[in-house]
Parts: sequence; structure tokens; C-alpha cells
Amino acid sequence: MGEKVLMKGNEAIAEAAIRAGCRHYFGYPITPQTEVAAYMSKRMPKIGGTFLQAESEIAAINMVIGVSSTGKRVMTSSSSPGISLKQEGISYLAGCDLPALVVNVERGGPGLGGIQPSQSDYWQATKAGGHGDYHNLVLAPASVQEMAALTIKGFELADKYGMVAMILADGTMGQMMEPVEIDDIEIKTVDKPWALTGTGMKREHNIVNSLYLKPDLLEIKNFERYEKYAAIERDEVMYEEYLMDDAEYCIVAFGISARVAKNAINAARAEGIKVGMLRPITLWPFPKDALLARADQCKAFISVEMSMGQMIEDVELAIKCKKPVYLCNRVGGMIPSPEEVLAKIKEVGGAN
Amino acid sequence: MSALNILYAGFGGQGILFSGKFLAYEGLIAGKHVSWLPSYGPEMRGGTANCSVIISDEEVGSPIVDKPDVLVVMNLPSLDKYENEVVPGGKIFVDSTLIERKVERTDVEVFYVPATGMAAEKKIPTLANMIITGKMLKEIGIDLDNIDVVLGKIVSARHQDLLEVNKDAIKTGYDL
Amino acid sequence: MDVVFKKPHALTDAPLHYCPGCTHGIIHRLVAEVIDELGIEGETIGVASVGCSVMAYDYFNVDFVQAAHGRAPAVATGVKRSDPSKVVFTYQGDGDLAAIGTAETVHSAARRENITVIFVNNAIYGMTGGQMAPTTLPNMVTQTSPYGRNVEAVGYPIKVCELLSEVDGAAYLERVAVNNVANIRKAKAAIKKAFQNQLDGKGFSLVEVVSTCPTNWGLTPAKALEFVETDMLPYYPLGVYKDIYAEGGEK
Repeated sequence: MGEKVLMKGNEAIAEAAIRAGCRHYFGYPITPQTEVAAYMSKRMPKIGGTFLQAESEIAAINMVIGVSSTGKRVMTSSSSPGISLKQEGISYLAGCDLPALVVNVERGGPGLGGIQPSQSDYWQATKAGGHGDYHNLVLAPASVQEMAALTIKGFELADKYGMVAMILADGTMGQMMEPVEIDDIEIKTVDKPWALTGTGMKREHNIVNSLYLKPDLLEIKNFERYEKYAAIERDEVMYEEYLMDDAEYCIVAFGISARVAKNAINAARAEGIKVGMLRPITLWPFPKDALLARADQCKAFISVEMSMGQMIEDVELAIKCKKPVYLCNRVGGMIPSPEEVLAKIKEVGGAN
Repeated sequence: MSALNILYAGFGGQGILFSGKFLAYEGLIAGKHVSWLPSYGPEMRGGTANCSVIISDEEVGSPIVDKPDVLVVMNLPSLDKYENEVVPGGKIFVDSTLIERKVERTDVEVFYVPATGMAAEKKIPTLANMIITGKMLKEIGIDLDNIDVVLGKIVSARHQDLLEVNKDAIKTGYDL
Repeated sequence: MDVVFKKPHALTDAPLHYCPGCTHGIIHRLVAEVIDELGIEGETIGVASVGCSVMAYDYFNVDFVQAAHGRAPAVATGVKRSDPSKVVFTYQGDGDLAAIGTAETVHSAARRENITVIFVNNAIYGMTGGQMAPTTLPNMVTQTSPYGRNVEAVGYPIKVCELLSEVDGAAYLERVAVNNVANIRKAKAAIKKAFQNQLDGKGFSLVEVVSTCPTNWGLTPAKALEFVETDMLPYYPLGVYKDIYAEGGEK
């Protein structure tokens, strides 16, 4: 593109996926992410790709497994209730060590919940939403530009490590428009000798599988997978710090909550309160070390989330409970206002 | 101006989101940071629709406008809902064809534009939103220099015939 | 000395884990013979399901992906859409295809996905120890229908070929059996046609193979073959249920 255009977050994800070489998209309609599917349905037929509206979220994620097993980049997108349905397939992707991009444009829950933005799938995304021991790479964009950038990054990381990368966004991020620039990128490919391409009668047959009936073998697979996860926790953590150099209070927030918190921090700074923010960009791996590094400097932490307090547990663990961590939250589709966050900052400041 | 927070509100189908997009592109072309956030959901047609637009010299924080500097309302429920949210000294643009009552606040500037009536007279009944937008541009100090470029961005190639009428509608409001 | 009988190349040397008298082995062999005869081993990708045939990936000399219970047609859809030049088949049992995977089955047929489905119907869940299946016959005793399948309470068996014959997208549907030599020959011809259809781009082709489960039926292998003739086939009649390319169209 080379110039900035206004795009919805959902559209930016779709366009970025195409730029990243993804030619297969499978999905099922659900608010507030439907623009991803709509965009793909327009573009894919024109570039020789596949857009398929599946009969269910379950079918869609299994179609993703099919394409991924052949070694190609593939994605699906949905919103919270649909992501719950995809968990079976996500667990199989983990068990088969297959790469894929899964986008969750979250809405309020549980159950059918609502259609307004939420961040209450944090646990599901970061703690293995399906059965078994596994992780997904979880990326949390806080702007439309990041929706695009992290989509590309997600494909690269998924391929690099052979696992699911999840974009954890919310209805606001999906629906809002901001200027975005998506350049043609050089697609970083990795060798996939395990891919199902037909033996061509030239090699042993490849098998993509998560079944190990011998427990000792399954144990080894799990240990191996966690060595990979340890490398990711060491090498792939992403976060952004805002006004943290002299901060006495540290807000931890991601996505839209971080955007709101920024306004509150600016307002608090104008009143002389030394507050900053650490914004995790990867929710798994979680920026544990970066938070711990601020634990001695700060008097208290505030986790701003659109959930009943999910990420807050990871913040407490990261700083080893050295300092109090407070929750500032709205749920059910409500978004905290900068005034509410400012009030929390003042309350915490008064108590600490 | 460091940041201008604009809230458009009206019925679904009045072009609220389109006007917001026009405004966001005005900001973008002028080299500003911008954001555009629609209400979304089942009120797509006929219910209430609103749209937050922020044009700023700095990076936009929260894209949600709940304390607008500028409020554009195209139905009574929206005026009732948002009148008291406008910052003191802010501006309210009222489609006076559709909203009979007056703004009660005295600490804001109010502009009554019979946009829907004017659009009907000019036989462009779907473009009341752009007439009131034209008036708003004038009052917040955005000139029409970039209007062709901006409309070119948001009017799809299939509907280039709509470009001229949109331009006409904006000018009508601007010249009031 | 002339070799007059040998293992198809498309089968590996792995010993099958199936119970004595189970006809999965025959069906595996038929599929492998067809792959050999069509010369497609190097281009074929199989999709294994959940159930007794879960480890089919070890037995066929072709690339394989193992799918979650019922999801094989969706996984096969992904594989085929990724590379339409490959020959893609699923191998599924009755619980997998006609209970938990009903939606995937019906919709892959509706889309006329150009895949081949080998559907093994033995009227029972074998792998988990003999529970009632969607195809368990009325009054048939299983672990979870110990007094016989009471259709008033648990509903009727699903006749997959008949059901799919109403789906416009399905191209070829045939029910065969492997309980005697004549039927085995017909079964092979049907399987071959289902693969050839895919090579010809004709779309969704499913062969339902009426099979046995001596272990969970509580019968000797010989009695199990008799049971197919006396009980299964009257409820599940053999024949072509749909062939949109044949003269006269469908049965």
C-alpha cells in the first residue's frame, strides 16, 4: 500500500493475513468479527485462495487442521462463544504441533453473553482453553496498525514454533477504524518436512497425529513441547512501557483497556501523580521479568481489564506478590472510562 | 487544537457512520492522528447509531468519545442522551427538521441546521448527514480544500456519481 | 516360483491391531489394492478418524492426518482445498460418521467436496467396548442398550446412504458388504469407483461398507458374517443409492 488508509481492525487482520501469504480462511458468522470473513470472501476468490463458510466453528477449525497439515498458512476467526467451540481443534493443533492463526474478537460472556467488547477470554486464551497441557502464543493488539502487524507476526511465530498463534482482540479493536499502513512484506517461510504433500513414492509416509497410546511416549512429547515453550518464554516476550522511568504506580493493561488507561495516566501525570503503564503485547508468553523488574520501584500495581480479574493473577505471580495489585475493571461489554481509571489511580495512591 | 472529540448520533440509516468516516479522513489527509469507532449491533437499521471520531495532534488514547467537544445529533433520543455530556464551551449541531426542541444548556454553542428538510428540497434526501457535516466543518475551522480527495477515499468506485452530490451537500451546509 | 498373492504396496508391514474375524482388515486391503491399481499411492493423503480405525495412519503407506471424532470430512476438506491435485480419503466408523460427525458428513456432501469417504458400518462402537451406535439395529443388545435398542426411547438407526441420497451435492453413494466373496468383489469395485470419481473431479463419493464386530456382537467370526446376512442387510439393503453420472441418475 505504502500510504495510510482507514481500515477497521477486522479488515486490517484480513488484509495482513493475505499479505502474510495466507490463502485459506475458514469461518462461521458471529458478531463482532464478521468483517474478517466478509473481507476474505471478497478477496480470496480473486487471488486463487479459499474462503469457505463452514457449517460450524468446529468444522472450520478442523478445516484449518487439514490445510495446516499440508504445510500451508491458514487461519480462522471468531468471537468468544465461537472460540469456545474451536477449543477441541485448538487442542488437536497443539497435540499435532501444527501452526495456525486463530483470531478471537472478544465479546461479553459467559454463555451467549452479549456482543459488546470484552476481555474475559484471557484465561481461555492463555491457560490452554482445550484439554491437555499446552499453550498458544497469544498476541494482544492495541491499535488497528497492531492488528495488522501482529497478524503477520502471528503467522511467523506459529510457523517458527509449530503451534497456534491467537490474536486476542475485542469488539472495539475489531470495529474501530484507524490509519493503517500494510506494506508488501517478505514472507518468512520455514521448512516443513513433516507436511502432508503425498509421498511421491520418494519418502516414508508422513503422519500428523496427536495420539500416543504408550504413556511413556506421550510423556516425552509433552516434555519436548514444554522445552519449546520455555524457549518462547525466553525469546518472544513483547511489551511496551509508557512513562515507567519514574513511575511509582504501574498500570498493567492490554488492548483497548491500555488505550483507555493511557488517557487516565496523562490526566494523573497532569496532577503530579507518577504513574506509568506496562502493556503486555504477548499475553503468553507473559512479560513476567519486565514486571518483576518494576516491582521494587513501584508502590503498587493496577490491573485494568474488561474481565472480573483474570490477568491480575499473572501480574501477582510475575511480581511474586511483592507489592499490592489492584483491579480496575468493567465487564459485560462495558468499557472503563479514563475517569474511572483515574479515580482508581488516586484511590490506590491514597492507600499506598 | 490538540485533540478534537466528535460524537455523531442519530438513527441507523441516516449515514451517521459515513459522515464520521468522512471526518476521520479529513483528519488523516491533514496529517493528524485519527480514530473512528461505531456503535455496532442489532441497531444497524432504524435504531440508534452513533460514532466516535477523534482528530488529534498526538496519538489517540481511548477511541471512545463520551465527553464530546462536538456533538452532531440527528434525532431527539440522541440529543436527550448526549446533551449533558458535551464539554462546556463545546458545540452542538442539531438537525432542526427532526428535533423540535431547543438545547437547554447555555454553556455550549448551538447550531440549528434544518438538514433533513434542506436535503428533501434539494432532492437528496439521504444526504442530510453531509449537509450538517458541511456546517460543522465551517464552524470547527476545517476548510473544503481536501474535499475531493476525501470523498474519493470513501465513495466506492462503483458509485462515483455519488461523489458530486455529496460534495454539493457538504458545500450547501458549509455556505449556510 | 511365481508370487500369486501378496500384500498391496499401499499397506505397510505394521501388524493390524484388529480383533480376529473383524472385517476392517479386508476393507483396508481393498482400499490399498485400489490405491495400487490406480497408481495413486504417492499422491494420496488419508484422514483417520476416531474409533477402531484410529490407527489407520500406521497401516497405509500414504501420508495421513488423524482427525478428532467426527471431524474427518472437515479435515479432508482442508487438505483437499489446500491441494486439489492430491487424492484425499477418509476412513470412518459409524459412531464417528453418523453420530458425532453428522454435520460434517452432511455438509461435505452438500458442498460436493471432491473427496472419497470409506464408511464402515458395524452397528456398534467397537473401540470403546461395544456401546450402542447410531446404526445399531432395533432391539439389538449392546453395552448401553442392555435390554435391546428401544426405538421408542432412543430413536431409530440412521441409514446413511438413504439420508445422503437426498443431499443434492452427493455424487456417488453405494452400500456394500464384505461378508462373502461375491460381496467383497462388489465392495472393491465400489471403492475403486469412489476413488476414480475423485480423480475425475466428480465430487463427494461415499461407500458404506456393512462390516462385522464379532467381539462386541458376542458372536464367532463365522456367526458374525451370518448376522450380516440375516439381520444387517435386511435393514441396510445393498446397492447404489446415488450416482449422478450414471444413466438414470439415482436409485
